[in-house]
Amino acid sequence: MPSPIIHIDNIIKTYGPLTVLDGLSMSVMPGEKLALIGPSGSGKTTILRILMTLEKINGGHIEIDGEQLYHMQKAGGLVAADERHLQKMREKIGMVFQHFNLFPHKCVRDNITLAPMLTKGIARAAAEARAMELLDMVGMADKAKSMPAQLSGGQKQRVAIARALALSPKIMLFDEVTSALDPELVEEVLNVMRKLAAETDMTMLLVTHEMGFAHDFADRILFFDKGRIVEEGKPDDIFRNPRQERTQTFLRKVIAAGHRV
Amino acid sequence: MIDWSGYLGLILQGALVTVELTVMGSALALVMAFAAGLGRLSRFAVIRMLATVYIEFFRGTSIFVQLFWAYFVLPFAGITLTPLQAGVLALGLNVGAYGAEVVRGAVRAIGREQHEACVALNLGRYHRMRHVILPQALPLMLPTFGNNAIELLKGTAVVSLISLTDMTFQAQVVRAQTGSTLIPFATILVLYFAMATAISAGVRWLERRAARGLDGVRV
Ligand SMILES: Nc1ncnc2c1ncn2[C@@H]1O[C@H](COP(=O)(O)OP(=O)(O)OP(=O)(O)O)[C@@H](O)[C@H]1O
Ligand SMILES: [Mg+2]
Repeated sequence: MPSPIIHIDNIIKTYGPLTVLDGLSMSVMPGEKLALIGPSGSGKTTILRILMTLEKINGGHIEIDGEQLYHMQKAGGLVAADERHLQKMREKIGMVFQHFNLFPHKCVRDNITLAPMLTKGIARAAAEARAMELLDMVGMADKAKSMPAQLSGGQKQRVAIARALALSPKIMLFDEVTSALDPELVEEVLNVMRKLAAETDMTMLLVTHEMGFAHDFADRILFFDKGRIVEEGKPDDIFRNPRQERTQTFLRKVIAAGHRV
Repeated sequence: MIDWSGYLGLILQGALVTVELTVMGSALALVMAFAAGLGRLSRFAVIRMLATVYIEFFRGTSIFVQLFWAYFVLPFAGITLTPLQAGVLALGLNVGAYGAEVVRGAVRAIGREQHEACVALNLGRYHRMRHVILPQALPLMLPTFGNNAIELLKGTAVVSLISLTDMTFQAQVVRAQTGSTLIPFATILVLYFAMATAISAGVRWLERRAARGLDGVRV
């Protein structure tokens, strides 16, 4: 059996007096597609942000691809990671944000080529060729020279996905990537993600309120509540036969709110 | 009858000195503004403190006193400056301190999500600043930089106090020699105004260019 690509061990995350994650542990296997669902404020975003090194943890350990994320070996002991170590670890991880976070002063193509050229030293011509491939994959090749302000939300998000893919991370994190979109634009983004899931062996972690999509996309569903994993399992088991009371209540609520399962 | 052409020539020579002071002072101010403005955002406490001391000191004392220090006191420390050098130094450091706050404010106005996108794309601190934050912050700085440059232009007149022959100095010479106040001072009024207008137009042009880069139709 292969070893997990992500291993989260007993992490603690607090904001002032508020403990958001209290001794959370979980593992993700290479290539696994994982959906994190749960009520608002349950800590789903926080987990992704911690994996992307956008938040510090207050305790515990995280191992990515066999290496400590927030710690490093030094003088025989484990010490807090420095910026260099974090930069090395970030090469393995990419993230797509709810609000796209494109660079507004750069055209679509340059949004994508910037990081590969600067962080991997890839020549402009090669980076642009790769950017065009990725834009083609997300159906945005004809907008390569447009500025982000000229795009719809769905188009922006597809560009943001291409931008994250350009660094070829082993792990991709998606935080509610469709929830800022008008309903009619959701599907074009979900289609891109379906294609990604089918065509790549990247490990993908997805936070979503689209239960139908989570069901089709994920190999495994984690249901979170109050910073803990309440229930996990295969999509069919979670959605058809949730065992935990809290999972049942949550799913009843989202279905009542009009999300299809 | 007074021969005005000779006197006007004198004032134009002074105008050249004023332009020189403005250009060189603005260049120094720009450098100081970025050095101190980014210094105040440094993660090193020592650099933040140095930047803060510089900014507070030069904003808290008058340009007049600073100029006299640069010209009359520094020689005691073994540093002798020409009047032009002293003028550029005092003006540049003084206006740079105001500019530093502009730089800091503009950089801080760029949202957290831009920084986070940079982290997610693994851009280091330098690349983040150079390629993502500053290009977006620069258009926000330009209008105030334009104001600062005009303030600097108007401030150049103080250098006449250390006998630098700028436009104001020459106007006083002409006044002393001809007895006419109206003509030399009307002339420099027009010239100062023309220079300030040129600065405004230049900055507006830069703003338009910067805006086009941001949301326009670049092909
Ligand atoms: N920067 C912060 N400062 C203080 N509290 C925070 C901060 N970020 C998140 N929190 C709190 O941490 C908890 C978990 O937040 P998180 O964003 O991870 O929830 P979530 O599961 O993603 O919720 P949602 O479905 O609404 O996005 C919430 O109670 C939130 O208020
Ligand atoms: Mg969230």
